[in-house]
Amino acid sequence: MDVLDLARWQFGITTVYHFLMVPLTIGLSLIVAGMQTAWVRTGDRKYLAMTKFWGKLLLINFAMGVVTGIVQEFQFGMAWSAYSRFVGDVFGAPLAMEGLVAFFVESTFLGLWIFGWDRLPKRVHLACVWAFSLATVASAYFILAANSWMQHPVGIEVRDGRPVLTSIGAVLGNSTVLAAFPHTVFGAFCVAATFLVGISAWHLWHRSDDEPVWRGSLRLGAWVGVVAFAGVAISGDLQGKLMFEQQPMKMAAAEALCRTEEPASFSVFAIGDVASPDCEDVKSITVPALLSFLAHNDFSSEVKGLDELVPLYQERYGANYPVDERLGELSGQPIDYVPLLPVTYWGFRLMIGFGAIATFAGVAALWLTRGGRLPRGRWFPIAALASIATPFLANSFGWIFTEMGRQPFVVVPNPSGVDGVWMYTAQAVSNSAPGEVLTSLIALTTVYGALAVVEGFLVRRYVRAGVPGVLPPEKPADQKHDTDEHDDEKPDAEKKSDVLAFAY
Amino acid sequence: MNLPLLWFCVIALLWLGYLFLEGFDFGVGMLLPVLGRDETERRVLINTIGPVWDGNEVWLIVAAGATFAAFPGWYASLFSATYLPLTLFLVALIGRGVAFEYRGKVDSARWRRVWDRIIVTGSWTAALCVGFVITATVLGLPLDAAGDRIGSPFASVTWETVLGALAVAGYALVHGAIFLALKTEGDVRYRARALALRAAPVALLPLVVLLLLVQLRSGEPWTWAATGVVLAAVAAALARLARGREGQAFSGMAVAVAATVLALFGALYPDVLPSTADPAHSLTVAGAASSSYTLTVMTWVAAFGTPAVLVYQGWTYWVFRKRIGVRHIPATHVPAASS
Repeated sequence: MDVLDLARWQFGITTVYHFLMVPLTIGLSLIVAGMQTAWVRTGDRKYLAMTKFWGKLLLINFAMGVVTGIVQEFQFGMAWSAYSRFVGDVFGAPLAMEGLVAFFVESTFLGLWIFGWDRLPKRVHLACVWAFSLATVASAYFILAANSWMQHPVGIEVRDGRPVLTSIGAVLGNSTVLAAFPHTVFGAFCVAATFLVGISAWHLWHRSDDEPVWRGSLRLGAWVGVVAFAGVAISGDLQGKLMFEQQPMKMAAAEALCRTEEPASFSVFAIGDVASPDCEDVKSITVPALLSFLAHNDFSSEVKGLDELVPLYQERYGANYPVDERLGELSGQPIDYVPLLPVTYWGFRLMIGFGAIATFAGVAALWLTRGGRLPRGRWFPIAALASIATPFLANSFGWIFTEMGRQPFVVVPNPSGVDGVWMYTAQAVSNSAPGEVLTSLIALTTVYGALAVVEGFLVRRYVRAGVPGVLPPEKPADQKHDTDEHDDEKPDAEKKSDVLAFAY
Repeated sequence: MNLPLLWFCVIALLWLGYLFLEGFDFGVGMLLPVLGRDETERRVLINTIGPVWDGNEVWLIVAAGATFAAFPGWYASLFSATYLPLTLFLVALIGRGVAFEYRGKVDSARWRRVWDRIIVTGSWTAALCVGFVITATVLGLPLDAAGDRIGSPFASVTWETVLGALAVAGYALVHGAIFLALKTEGDVRYRARALALRAAPVALLPLVVLLLLVQLRSGEPWTWAATGVVLAAVAAALARLARGREGQAFSGMAVAVAATVLALFGALYPDVLPSTADPAHSLTVAGAASSSYTLTVMTWVAAFGTPAVLVYQGWTYWVFRKRIGVRHIPATHVPAASS
């Protein structure tokens, strides 16, 4: 493999991995903030137990999101230095803003939250959880603004062959990020909601102690899930329509739409190679005219296929790569404008499919547990735990689809043409030795793999232990209400001993 | 002051924040097995930085992000030319970061021993790598006209960068020991103080040699003066520490690290990354800077963001200002192993 392939595999592996942690962190931190708010307002120990239990799982996950995020920021410079030089004037700003405005808040207030249980007044401590959880959302916005600029460059002019920022407002208000942000954040809540539902259902089935905690978590998770899944579907539809305008090739590739159709049908699945020249023939079960509607809100509209788009791209952006020794084997060669169709076609379907399964699981959980019911079948806890994986998979496949679907570009041309800026992925990579990138690829993948095992082990252990694992049963149950309120009035009450409420 | 120069100063300031803050939490990690004689003492050490290490690390992330935004060429050339040291650095940061959070999550001596080793090696490695990379940017790398490294992946490994690695590791060791003397009580405190005094002459030697080397190569009168301030501040810090004035000693180290950054980045200016292959290929403050619009936007963000960061991070240190001793450490409460 050459440097380009190695760097792409590394970016793909590290990013998909990082984005296993990120959506759970975003969704769960806001949900935990809500739980703690309920506790502060009502003094009900049930909400404290929920905050502590889900908060502990959040922290186990948060640590991994933080450390894998540093790799993301560094590898632009390390492995993609040509890209960094080309786009730095524009792309660096949202990244730097993310650090300065969002990530500082996240890290600092997370530390205050973890260690501040007995040092801060209750309401200040509550403000800390809101500060870091809202900062995770702000983080997502800046990062998505940066990504959206690669998908659809705006707010720039070309000076000396490089994009130069002319409007930060245009970059932060890019129509692409306005569509991607709600889709991503709703997706994050889907992950957290299914996490709540799956684990709570497992505890309920096992008749664990603290039944109200699990029932409350399950209902909360299921309702958050219902809203989030509706949100993810609606925002996904809007984002899809926008992508048909901004990146028609990506959307044709999502369908493996070889030929322009009017009206265009939507393929549910295919048997056979979708990349074959007769790809329309391998598609099984198609819904007539649905693709036209998804693309343009109109059941009779035309959707351009690869047969029409490829010549169009060749005409606009050139048929051959420039002659440049840095491009290696690709120098002067014809440009293949069609993304890897099996990846885009199946990535798109797996994203929607796993999302649909997760939605079904959430609705089923609400139905099955209505009015205090609980299924007793042996399948129930297994199905509940298995469903946790589905929104993670949907998120991953969504990103794999959207990033693979923009190939061969790393900066996709804005089809309005006014900006005239694009960059091929093959031009973006560093002039590194293959051995360097191979070393980091192996090192990071190994470390990530080992840490996945460790995180899985810890999550499993804390999940099984339930509430007693995170909240010592120190107060008699019948007095809990009084003591809690008592504590509230005397934030210093805990200082009767010198022992810290929490320490590593 | 023009915008590129302003941003050169901002990035120096971010490195200063990083070296000062994460410097001591590297030091705490490096000294874990030396000053923590039993499990409770090791927990005392870790908990001095528990609430703050993550916030400290963000200074690095912002330094890198600001370099990307304000000097894309500097970011691209430095990071790609020091690819392998940075890989090592990332792995070290990942390991120690996870270790702090996971170490206490299982009640098993073996589990803790593994994470302790990761904290110690991770802290040493990360400190060495920071020194390596900062020295590489100050003294330069063999770059061609495109800003790419000439030579093998190990071209950045020279006796100067190795010296720089030792300089920052040695500084972190002493700084961490002084921090621990300030933040702990009882036995640990006195051992940390004694260790700082005993280790300083050897541990700080590489830093002094590095500073003199940089000044001899490209020093200005005022960066020589800054170097003098480093020496005076360190001497004063150690003298105050010997008298048991840990707070003053820690402040002395703050002055020393600020003067160090001033001396190094002052000598680097007007370059941001000199080319040792051909001075014509050096990246300069003026040449590598982003457009003035980008820098103006970033200036506004930094003008509001930076004071806020200083206020709430300062508040965090105030909240957790108390010394920690063995008597503060709670019993471990974690889920028991289940079948």
